[in-house]
This record gives sequence, C-alpha cells and structure tokens, in this order.
Amino acid sequence: MYVAVKGGEKAISAAHCLLAETRRGDVAVPELTLEQIGQQMALAVDRVMTEGSVYDRDLAALAIKQARGDLVEAIFLLRAYRTTLPRLAASMPIDTAAMDVRRRISATYKDLPGGQVLGPTFDYTHRLLDFALAAEGAPPAKAPTAPADNTSAMPRALDILDREGLIEPPGESKGGAAPGDLTREPLAFPADRAVRLQNLARGDEGFLLALGYSTQRGYGNTHPFAGEIRMGEVAVEIVPEELGFAVEIGDITVTECEMVNQFLGSERAPPRFTRGYGLAFGEQDRKAMAMSLVDRALRAAELGEDADTPAHDAEFVLYHSDNVEAQGFVQHLKLPHYVDFQSELELIRRLRKTYAADAPAAAE
Amino acid sequence: MGLLARARLPELEEAWAALDDAPAFEALRRPETGLVMVRGRAGGSGTAFNLGEMTMTRASVRLADGPVGHGYVAGRDVRHAELAALFDALMQLPARRGAIDAALLRPVSRRIENARRRARAKTMATAVDFFTLVRGEDEA
Repeated sequence: MYVAVKGGEKAISAAHCLLAETRRGDVAVPELTLEQIGQQMALAVDRVMTEGSVYDRDLAALAIKQARGDLVEAIFLLRAYRTTLPRLAASMPIDTAAMDVRRRISATYKDLPGGQVLGPTFDYTHRLLDFALAAEGAPPAKAPTAPADNTSAMPRALDILDREGLIEPPGESKGGAAPGDLTREPLAFPADRAVRLQNLARGDEGFLLALGYSTQRGYGNTHPFAGEIRMGEVAVEIVPEELGFAVEIGDITVTECEMVNQFLGSERAPPRFTRGYGLAFGEQDRKAMAMSLVDRALRAAELGEDADTPAHDAEFVLYHSDNVEAQGFVQHLKLPHYVDFQSELELIRRLRKTYAADAPAAAE
Repeated sequence: MGLLARARLPELEEAWAALDDAPAFEALRRPETGLVMVRGRAGGSGTAFNLGEMTMTRASVRLADGPVGHGYVAGRDVRHAELAALFDALMQLPARRGAIDAALLRPVSRRIENARRRARAKTMATAVDFFTLVRGEDEA
C-alpha cells in the first residue's frame, strides 16, 4: 500500500529547473524548432500522435521537445493534454480505398490494378550510416518524377481474393451503434473487435511488435502474408449537428496494413484466408503490421482455433498494451515507499527470529 | 467547406483583406478548439472502430445582413476557423459567390491539386515491378 509523503518542495523545484537547463543543453548550439522536429523527426511525431492518440503534428512535436526525445514521455504529455479538450464530434469512418496513395505494396500479388509504389521507404536501403548527413550540406538531389495517371484507381488487393470467395469478408459494416470507446468506457471483457482495434491502435509499438513476432515464431502461428500496405492522405469528414450533412475538416496521413492469414477451417468456418487489420496515424509500416498480426491472433477464439499463446490472450494483450499505463505503474516504484517498506522489514525480522529459534531444533 | 478547411491562413487573410466591403458580423459561436474522434473500419470496409482523435477548431458567425456561416477546420487555429466561417457565410450571398470563388476557392483548389500532382509524380517514379526468378531445380 502506498502512503503519501510530503515535503521536498525545494528539491523538486530545483530538479525541474535543472531539467529545463539540461533539456536545452549547450546554449551555443541552436535550439530545435517545432517545425524542425515536425519535418525532420517526422516519424517520431507520427508515433507520438498514434500512441498519444491525438493527430496534431505541432502538439506532438512540442511534446517530443519537452520530453527531450523520450517518446513514451511525449506520448504521456499528449494524452494529458487531450483531457483538457472537449470532444466536438466523431468522424465518419475514413475511406482508405479513396486514399491519395504515396506508398502501396503487396507481398501477395505482383501485378495489382493500380500497381505497386514504394514511396519514401527505408525498405531496400543498405542500413549503412550515411556520414554525408553528419555534415550540414546542400539539400539532397530532387526526387525523380514519372508521369502519373490521375485516373488510375488503387482498389484493395484483398478484393481479388474476396471476389473468388477465398477470404472471409472484411466484417459487417452495418451502421447503428457507435463503436465502443476506451476514452469513455474502461476496458471490459469479452472485448469486441472495435474495442480491441482501438486498444491496439493506441498500444505501444514495441509491445505489439514483440507479440506479432511471437506469432511468427510459433507462439500461435497464423501464416501471415502482407496482403497490402498502403500509406497516404485521407480526408476526414464530420457531420455537424447544425448542418446535418458531411463536411471535410482536412486530411490526415495514415498507414494501413491488411494481413492475409492461412486458415485451415474449423467446425465454425470453412477453409479460407482470414484477415488481420492494422491502421496508424502517419507513416508507420511496422506499427500497422504488428497491429494486424496481433488483431488476427486475438480472433483465434472467434474462429474456433486453439488459443493458448500470449498473443491469443485478450486480457493479457489488451491490459498491457498501453505504455502510458505501463510506465506509470512501473515508474511509481520510484516514489517513496518508506512506510510500506518499513512494515515489510519488520515482517522479515520477525520471520527470521522465528526461523532462528526453530533452526537449532531442525539441525539436531 | 473542405477547401476553406484546407486553405492556408495567409490565403484566407489575404482574401479577407482584399474585400473592399468587408461585412459586419457577430460571432454566433466563438472559435472553440476540441477533438474529433477519427474512425476507421476493420479491413477498410468492415466494423467501424475508434482509431484516435485529432484536433479541430470550429466557429460560427452571422453576417449583419443575415446569412450564418460555419467553419470546421483541422488543427487549433482559431483565426482559421473564424475566417472559414466568414467565407462560408459570404458564399451564401449569390452576389458574392462568384468573386470569392475566383479570388479564393479556385486558387486554393489549384494549389492543392498542383501539390498533389507533384507528389503523385514523385510517387509514380517509385513504381516497382518485381519479377520472380526461376528456381534452379525446376529446370532439371
């Protein structure tokens, strides 16, 4: 049990001053601007927006600056800030099929209607440190261009399987009840897919990456293929009460991953491919892929599969995915636990006394 | 309204300053910043779920001569929302519509379309055509 402490105000205030000074570092070095962070640390911003669960590039950049680049701390700052803002609306579901695509690949089909475009990816780079970046220099060469056919649509890759009936449908899209919202209602079990997806979308990338990896290594093998990964801009629409029709409030960048998984069939469903889904703010292949693996793993019970690995355990996964909660509970151990510990100390002393009294008898 | 939301603040300010008879107006709802819960769908078209929130600012104005305008813009810029609401109100006046369309909406639309075309051209340069190699054992 935690017993509150007081005092230490002076030390705490001095520590905060020291933090501010340390954050700034050598004042002879130019200070980072939010614009620089937003532009040049763009993927850190994307991660903070996704797990902080607020799409606002400037706020995320500010959080990263304030947190000295500690992304989990920045996510915490953004989550705290969001509680100060009112909820004005919920959007219409974004239409990722209508995305202005900047990256689109499929590991299942070579020739896709609309083609495959790599976009600004780390894939196929050699992962050699580029010392040219260590020196401030001329801007990089202009990226090449190619004629773009404005009319070529990019239908979903998995629609090909869907037409043949070889993959399960993407799930019912009937309107009706609003999806469960973890920012309003605490997590409860069994958690439906909408709640699971929200939890995973906000979830720690490292945690989901490890869980997704575990399913590949045999802890719940789901034979995944990256059916399609696409990244680009989608419009966000809301229907304001006072208007009664949809208006676009702007565009956001998202990455979507549709994982195709082997499924041999069960008593409840015929053999066919199944789906796992991942969606994240910004450019985040790894997060979207990990999310789609874990989403699929959490559907094991629904599909009548054996569900006996960590990634299959919805309570284990969903209760431990949130890094703000996780860091809070782990880091609270730093707070003074003097009273708590004192009682443990006394208990151990008492037990040892009893033990010592009994020991000679036991030895004989 | 989508164009007013995507316009940049300087574009709106410039168009507002260029009105030689800027109308009197009152704020029906002062600009307010809040959150919109962005929804997605499992598999892109299946069950709707809450992806995460985004910031949005809204404002509503009434012009002295009647029409009401609303602004809903992504982000936290209160002036952007107010100007979007003002232009939305002005667009409801047939006498004004043509001028605003020519001076503001069409240039904004053109800028956005140009940026998209440039981005698409760069994206298309990364179009990839993988081919599968014949495996040795197949030839034996």
